[in-house]
Amino acid sequence: MAPSQKNVLEVRNIQTFIGQFHILDGVSVEVPDGSITVLLGRNGAGKTTTLKSILGLTPPRSGAIVFNGKEIQGEPAFRTAAKGIGYVPEHRAIFRDLSVAENLRIAERKSGDLARREEFIFGLFPDLKRLIKLPGGNLSGGQQQMLAVARALVPDNQLLLIDEPSEGLAPVVIEQMMEAISRLSAHTTILLVEQNFIMASRLADRYTIIETGRSVKSGMMADLIDDEASIQRYLGAAA
Amino acid sequence: MNETLSTTTHSSARRRLAQWWPYLLILGLLVLFPLLAGATIGDPAAAQDGAGLSSLMQRAESGAAKFWQGMIIQILIFAIFAMSYDLLLGYTGILSFGHAMFFGTGGYAMAILIGRNFNWSFGMALLAVILIALAQSLIFGVLSLRVKGVYLAMVTLAFAEMFYILAEAGDFRKYTGADDGLHGFPVPGWLSATDHRTRFYYLTLIFFVAAFLIIKRLVDSPTGKVMVATRENEHRATMIGFNTFWYKLTAFVAAGVFAALAGALSAMYLVSVTPSMLSLGRTIDVLAMTIIGGMGTLVGPILGASIIQLLGYWLERWFGASWTLVYGILFMLIVIFLPYGIVGTLRARSFQIRDGWKQLQQTLAGK
Repeated sequence: MAPSQKNVLEVRNIQTFIGQFHILDGVSVEVPDGSITVLLGRNGAGKTTTLKSILGLTPPRSGAIVFNGKEIQGEPAFRTAAKGIGYVPEHRAIFRDLSVAENLRIAERKSGDLARREEFIFGLFPDLKRLIKLPGGNLSGGQQQMLAVARALVPDNQLLLIDEPSEGLAPVVIEQMMEAISRLSAHTTILLVEQNFIMASRLADRYTIIETGRSVKSGMMADLIDDEASIQRYLGAAA
Repeated sequence: MNETLSTTTHSSARRRLAQWWPYLLILGLLVLFPLLAGATIGDPAAAQDGAGLSSLMQRAESGAAKFWQGMIIQILIFAIFAMSYDLLLGYTGILSFGHAMFFGTGGYAMAILIGRNFNWSFGMALLAVILIALAQSLIFGVLSLRVKGVYLAMVTLAFAEMFYILAEAGDFRKYTGADDGLHGFPVPGWLSATDHRTRFYYLTLIFFVAAFLIIKRLVDSPTGKVMVATRENEHRATMIGFNTFWYKLTAFVAAGVFAALAGALSAMYLVSVTPSMLSLGRTIDVLAMTIIGGMGTLVGPILGASIIQLLGYWLERWFGASWTLVYGILFMLIVIFLPYGIVGTLRARSFQIRDGWKQLQQTLAGK
């Protein structure tokens, strides 16, 4: 695969082990600048591990991860994050003991980041503004998920990795979250993991399907929606 | 728009006063204590000349007034030690079983340097204590923070035991006094806690207030917030771009230096250091103070240090040799009914009276 300037991120044939377990056995993903790319696949296929491998939390043993034309595989997560990759992990990964304001302020990479982004963030998630002093642990599930996304927006991130933003949320909150993510995509490139095919198909431009640790199919989301056979084969009843 | 986020950091003078008055009240009482004690429980016969303040000061150097100042000096020294441990365990989530290493090394460094072998001045020795603690905590911090949880506890315990064995070893008897420790080393006359109890009291109070303010400033700073974030979930802190190792090391070094200062003060006050200062037992003491008072509250460990010191004194008077048994039972009850320590439980307003009873009954019924 020739290096391409228009891809913010290219994952090339990575192999990742967790302890003895061979979790990723050849995953390749391309994320074009300005797109929303979604990773699809059944439970346990390796979607989350792919995100963690990109960030460096579970470094791949071989293969390459190219961010902005530079190979970043093997670097520790704190350094990858500082290069401009924001990560919103699954399960509402906020700091429960810190207030909403502290959760946001802690994500500043340069002083003034928060002041610059405040209006944008509270525009996306108006709820957070009135909860600013509450400890993160006191927020509802949906509010925690919003805070987790908001936190990734504080610094200048060129790429956001978002893992299962709809998981365990009420339908009305899912709508709000989808709206926020689609508005976000005007500012930043997004790589999304999403089990909810309806949500994924409405949001994403591109997809990559991962099956038992391997990327088996990728392309434009619009084409997949009409491809009943592939949906049945790779995603089963999910559609 | 900006004010929603900035009001949480910059509060007005009035709000600051509202926040600080309990601290100021306690500080005021501590400052006045020698005079009050002199007036009430000091020996009137001790006031030889004059009236007013100078006679009060003389009475403060006598009888029960002198004894209780000594008690508070020891409480304050342990409070500094316990606050340093809270920075480590309560705020950053590092469970060290070797914190006494810094306390003991600080004490020994002070005793050896002002002792006959070196004859350093108090100021120089104090500076040396700080530098030694810095070096020691940097080295052992880098070595032990590579691992986490129980493994870190074991590694720090091993390091502390190493120093314990060194202090006990006969090979360095000339310097350390081996298993006897060092006693009666020449503390400068102007600082002797025997002759100038009130002066030593104020010296300790200054160290205590400085330690409290510095540690509080640290935990309230952005760095402190990253420490809390690291305690809660180190992965998450890494994900947003923090090299958590440096934050843990910062906590480790700051905690080490304050523990060493507490050890040095203890050596000066008791005019004695023994290997037990470096023992696991001493770490357990400070762990108990932190847990009883409330981890991650900073005020809790101060309260914990006071309670344990005072309880130790009274229980021993009432129960004689078996006081540790009563102490153990009290400790269990506190952990069962006040799971976040005294201050922590008060702040969380979560008294687990019913759950505590249930647990106690189950324990007693052997379930």
